[in-house]
Amino acid sequence: MSEYLLLFMGAVVINNFVLTRFLGLCIFFGVSKNYDASAGMGMAVTAVITISSVFAWLAYNYILVPLNVTFLTTIVFVLLIASFVQMLEMIVKKYTPNLHKMWGIYLLLIATNCVVLGVPLLNVESGFNLAKSVVNAFGSGVGFALAIVLMASCREKLRLANVPKSLDGLGVAFIIAGCLALSFLGFSGMIK
Amino acid sequence: MKRYWDIFSKGLVLENPIFVLALSLCPALAVTTSVVNALTMGLTVTFVISMNNLIVSIFRNWVNPKVRVPIYITSIATIVTVAELLLKAFAPLLYKELGIYLSLVVVFAIILARAEVFASKNRPVPSFIDGFGMGAGFTLAMLIVGVIRELFGNGTILGYTVLGSWYPPALIFIMAPGAFILIGYLVGAWNIWSARIEKAKGERGETI
Repeated sequence: MSEYLLLFMGAVVINNFVLTRFLGLCIFFGVSKNYDASAGMGMAVTAVITISSVFAWLAYNYILVPLNVTFLTTIVFVLLIASFVQMLEMIVKKYTPNLHKMWGIYLLLIATNCVVLGVPLLNVESGFNLAKSVVNAFGSGVGFALAIVLMASCREKLRLANVPKSLDGLGVAFIIAGCLALSFLGFSGMIK
Repeated sequence: MKRYWDIFSKGLVLENPIFVLALSLCPALAVTTSVVNALTMGLTVTFVISMNNLIVSIFRNWVNPKVRVPIYITSIATIVTVAELLLKAFAPLLYKELGIYLSLVVVFAIILARAEVFASKNRPVPSFIDGFGMGAGFTLAMLIVGVIRELFGNGTILGYTVLGSWYPPALIFIMAPGAFILIGYLVGAWNIWSARIEKAKGERGETI
């Protein structure tokens, strides 16, 4: 049990996907202008990563490995995740229109995204079993949500600040992300 | 010829994929810890984006618009796999260092964006040049970041010691926060530079 807890905490704060591994930056900088959107995006990413890592694990271990075609991993994962997200969007739209109103747009945005593809690839690379893959994916999603919500809070405060014109927008966002990454660096070494 | 140069050069500065469009940032930060890695990544992306633009442009009239995105993704994924296998065979060490970021080239927004915005509407040769220009702009940005990070973070360039033993390496440049902060300031510098170029063009009466 403690092994899984450590894996989870590690994925959330120590190996935070955005701030130490630089995955999902496009969404991270694109969406974090707005607090509500960031929270919604964080939840959508967590759900999609967790479920798609299950599919990816099954596909890898029961299809790609037995057929000895692991060099196709990238293609298969991309198509698998993109079609899964599309399907999820349709299902959500049909059965829970309210949820769709909240999440629909984010689902389409993350259909092809580095963080959603990166987690399954890393799971496979680390040789995790199914349970560990799911825990790692869920932790990564929570870590992403944490980072983007923190970032959005900072950027909302920033609207009142007087930023030099050339740094306004993207430039200052990067510098803030750097400061956040610096504080997350404090967690490293917490778990061996 | 001038037209082709314009298509090529807009990717370098005014529409630089990293500093201006802010697309495909993940690798710009993740693999720029050394110049070699940055260069390899840049060349791989240039290869993928030009080949993909070429293929998308050749087949643009046969692709049903409704299913275009999955087709583009399949085409990109195939080319990336080819690049991956080539690197694995000829440069196994680099392949290991780039790790999953190489596979993640598939989901670079810039590649899909160029296919959608340019290659699906233009003839093969301009499309190829557009992809090549964007790739070159990407490589240029990667190199700038890579040189600064390796020089200040390690005191070397391409593995050769440049700053002698009197220079204590500033490790922060190699670590994650340094990458973010450095890119932040580079984006600022880029904004100033491209504003100057546009101003100069405006004074000469050219349309941008």
